[in-house]
This record gives sequence, C-alpha cells and structure tokens, in this order.
Amino acid sequence: MADAVLSTHGITKRFGAVTASEDVSLELRPGEIHAVIGPNGAGKSTLIAQICGGLRPDAGRVELLGRDVTGLATPERARLGLGRTFQVSALAMEDTVLQNALLGALGASGRVWRFLGAALGDRALRAQAEEALGRVGLAEHAAMRVSELGHGQRRLLEVAIALTLQPKAFVMDEPMAGLGADGSKRMTAFLDGLRAEAPILLVEHDMDAVFALADRISVLVYGRVIATGTVAEIRASAAVREAYLGEEA
Amino acid sequence: MRREAALNAAILVALIAVPAWAHLSDEPFTITLATRAVILALAAVGLNIALGIGGMVSFGHAVYFGIGGYAMGILASHAQSYTPMELFGLSIEGTKSMLVIWLVAVVLSALAALVIGLLSLRTSGVYFIMITLAFGQMFFFFSISWAAYGGEDGLSIYVRNGFPGLNTLVPIQYFGLCLAILLVVLWFNARLARSPFGLALNAARQSPARAETVGLNPMRLRLVAFVISGAITGLAGALFADLNRFVSPTMFSWQLSGEITVLIIIGGVGRLMGPVAGAVVFVALEHLLGGLTEFWHIYLGAALLLVVLFARGGLVGLIAGRPGGGGGGHG
Ligand SMILES: Nc1ncnc2c1ncn2[C@@H]1O[C@H](COP(=O)(O)OP(=O)(O)OP(=O)(O)O)[C@@H](O)[C@H]1O
Ligand SMILES: [Mg+2]
Repeated sequence: MADAVLSTHGITKRFGAVTASEDVSLELRPGEIHAVIGPNGAGKSTLIAQICGGLRPDAGRVELLGRDVTGLATPERARLGLGRTFQVSALAMEDTVLQNALLGALGASGRVWRFLGAALGDRALRAQAEEALGRVGLAEHAAMRVSELGHGQRRLLEVAIALTLQPKAFVMDEPMAGLGADGSKRMTAFLDGLRAEAPILLVEHDMDAVFALADRISVLVYGRVIATGTVAEIRASAAVREAYLGEEA
Repeated sequence: MRREAALNAAILVALIAVPAWAHLSDEPFTITLATRAVILALAAVGLNIALGIGGMVSFGHAVYFGIGGYAMGILASHAQSYTPMELFGLSIEGTKSMLVIWLVAVVLSALAALVIGLLSLRTSGVYFIMITLAFGQMFFFFSISWAAYGGEDGLSIYVRNGFPGLNTLVPIQYFGLCLAILLVVLWFNARLARSPFGLALNAARQSPARAETVGLNPMRLRLVAFVISGAITGLAGALFADLNRFVSPTMFSWQLSGEITVLIIIGGVGRLMGPVAGAVVFVALEHLLGGLTEFWHIYLGAALLLVVLFARGGLVGLIAGRPGGGGGGHG
C-alpha cells in the first residue's frame, strides 16, 4: 500500500540451517500500533535488525516513507526517521541520563562536528533532551549515571532517546520486558498516546499490553508471518491458537 | 569531581615548581627531565584521546611520534647543510623554525593517522592492536633502511631550532615552551571531552549500537578522533627530537608505543591529567630506578601490575575516585 510509513517486502534471512525470516511482508500505517508477536526465537529481533539496518536481508527489501532503504546503514535510516528501542538496553552506561538523551537530540540534529563548545550548553538540544525525559518521567533522574538506574528506568530512557529523534516511525523491541505490572501499565498508557505522533511497530511478549494497544497484530512463527489481523481476528484464529497462543493461554 | 580538580592543580603546580626550583639552583638536568616528562605527557594526551575517549587501543602511536621527530630531523638537517630537499621534482628548503616544523609534523602525522585509521578501524580488539603494531614496525624498519637520513644511526642536529622571542637553548625557556603547548592541548582536550563530538565519541565507545541508532556513524567519529590523536602525538615527536637534538628509529619502535600506553595506564585511562601524572611518575622512575639498577623496567612492570590489579583508574582514579558524571563528559 502506498501510504505505509514503513514496510517490508518478502524479507528472508537465514543463519546456516536456521531460517530467521522467511518471506516477511509487513506494513506500518500512519497512526497505528502494529504488534509483532511470536514465541522465543521466532525471529522478531532479527526482523527488527533488518528493518533498522544492523542486518542485511538475504532477499527482499525494506521501505521507509516510500523509499527503498535496504542498502542504507543504520545511522542513515535513523536520520530518515526510524526511532528504535532495543530488547536489551543499549545505553552509554557511564554517562548520565541527560547525556544519553542529549545524544539522541545531537544525532537527530546532525550537528556533531563541534569540538569546543559544551554539549550540555547547547540550549536547543538540551531542551529537546529534557522534554523527552520529562515525558517518560525521568526528569528528576537526569543527573544520574545510567549504571545507577534500575532496569525499568533504563527501558524508559530507551524510549526517551527514541523520542528525541522525533521519528517518522517507532520500532520497539519488547519495551515492557522486565517492567513489572505497574511499569507495564504506565508504558502501555504512554505508547497508547504516542501512536498519534508516529506509528509504532511493537514487538512484545506481554499479551495484555498487545491486546490493549494493537490496531493490528502479526504473528511470527519460525520466521514466517502466519497471520495478520485485528486483535479480534487474531484471537479468533485457530491457526494462531494452535501455533502460539494455545501454548500460553 | 572536586578532588580531581584539586589533584589536577597539584600536578600542574609540581610540574611548574620543580623546574623553577631546578632553574634557581642551577640544575639543568632536572629541567631536561621535566621537559622530557612534559613532552611524553603530550604524546600520551594524544593517545589518550583515541584510547580513553574513543576506546581505540592503538599499539602503534610511535608512528606519529616518529613522523614528528623525523619532520624535525629532516627539515633541520637540510637547513644546517644548506642543501634543499629534492622531492617529486620539487626543491624544498629546510628550516630551523619550530613553527614551520610543528606545522609539517602535525599535518604529516594527521595524514598518516587518516590512512592508518581508514585501514585499521574496520577491525577491533586484538586485530586492531596487531594492525596498528604492524604499521609501527613498517615505519620502524623503513626508517632503519633510510640511509639518506642516517638509517639506524639516526640524525643529529647541532643547534636546537628557533622560536620567535625565545632562546630555546636555555633549558628553562624550552621547558616553558613545551609546557605552554601541553597546557593548550590539555585545554583543548578538556573542551573536546565535553563537546558534542566528545559526547558522541564517548557514547560510540560505550555502545556503538546506541550511537548508530541515533544516526551517528561510530566509524567516522573514531576516524576523526584518531586523526586528532595522531596529530597531537606527532607534535610531541617534533618537540622530543628538538629536546634531544637527535632523532633515530627508536622513536618509531614498538617499545615507544608501549611506553606511551603504559604511562596512560599508570596515570589513568580517559582522565584528563592521567597522561601527565603517568609521564611524571614514569620519568621519575626511569631516572631514579634507572640509576640504581639496569633492570628498572622490571620494577616498572611491577608498578604497572599493581595499578592494573588495584587501581583500575590509574593514579588519578586512585586519588580522585571515579570520573564525575553530572558535569558532563569525561576529561
Ligand atoms: N547472528 C545470528 N547468528 C545465528 N543465528 C542467529 C543470529 N541471530 C539470531 N539467530 C537465530 O535466529 C532465530 C531468531 O532469533 P531472534 O532473536 O530474532 O528471535 P526473537 O523472536 O527475537 O526471540 P526472543 O523472543 O527470545 O527475543 C533464533 O533461532 C536465533 O538463534
Ligand atoms: Mg528478540
């Protein structure tokens, strides 16, 4: 469909005998949360890596805003408007929370080749970073080192950094992982509002969150999309129950 | 943070007070030792930008040190023999002007760092160490076989090169000049560490994936840092050669790369004054232990072992604690 913000077309990726992605075609439309679910090892993170640029698909292509980005490196895709969060937090652990958020604003601004002025003294970047921290509720931890943050706060910082990029599409790998019931609930409410800013491709194991948030769900099993549909359709699908939900629910 | 600032100030005061005392009590050799420490510190400040902020364990920084040294040796030798250098059909005059020599040293070592960086930064870990070491050996053996400039014996310069308004042959004046350069470069280093570039480089070391995901290219950041790093170490090489009025292939040797690395580790990797503290201790040990026993390297090794085992942040870390966070970047 022409108006998809982000789409994959027949993506295939093999690691030796393991097929991590097989002919995966997905699209992320404006304003939606598109959840990708599937059992451990189904290929969700591998799919994200191919969308965001860490891995090159063996076949197929990725389009962002109608542009083929399959050949572009991760930083280029980020600058075109992909805001990604990692399943395992990837943060500058020795730096402060504010410095991490500032890094996002700096990357997005592209004004990194400055060698003398203080990064924290750049008012515009700092305002952007502080706003993002405020939105996820990390404002009062701005001066803390990331290594001193709790696990849940690190997840929030991941999201805050993505916010500073003001992306055209969010790609989130298990943002709820390890948040606990309360944290999950708050993150769910936050993502619910976020979709109006940019659509979210959401990989998530937390089924309550997925059913509460998703406009559409794709089910990935052994690297293949076995079904895509609304929450009701996925819940009703016999194939999905058998392949996946049946094991859990 | 406070303690580190106090410690930094103490190191600087000592660095000024000792030679000043030596000057007043007519101990020129002590001034020469202090100058040696200042120059080695400068070389290590250069490496520390690549190693400490960028996380690039270059084991070939002698390349830039040597290039700086030979830039001085070659230019000055042509000047003292009144024969221009023939290069690609061009006839280039030698010079005894430090300013010109420094410029040539900085440009050439930056260029070398650019080429070596482009070729070696694709690798990491042990491979990066080995490749940079290999480049160092290449330059070392090339300089040995370069008969036109002394080969194995190196090049001697009769008179130290000149700087406007100074008599560089007076030890305290040359010391002051080197110290001034070190201070300017330290100021630059402190600013760099807090700058947008420093923030990005620092993050690219800690989490390359994070840097890429916000649209930064870790490779490009590292390459630029590597070039800056090489240029500073190259400048130190030119000063070192002028101090000794002599340049030889030892300036390209892997032992020299090792020494610069060791004094950073002793002082504190990634700490602004780490290289300075390390260089002072290194030169002091070299002199004091070197006078007692020819096996002083063994004691240096033992000291290094203690630092690595019990003081991961080096001497600066031992005294000042962890680097401060809230104030911004490391330095
Ligand atoms: N770099 C790699 N080399 C070899 N095999 C890999 C590589 N990355 C992933 N795989 C394999 O590909 C498959 C998909 O892995 P992936 O991490 O994408 O799963 P996932 O759906 O994200 O799982 P989880 O829910 O546990 O996060 C797994 O079998 C995994 O072992
Ligand atoms: Mg995964």
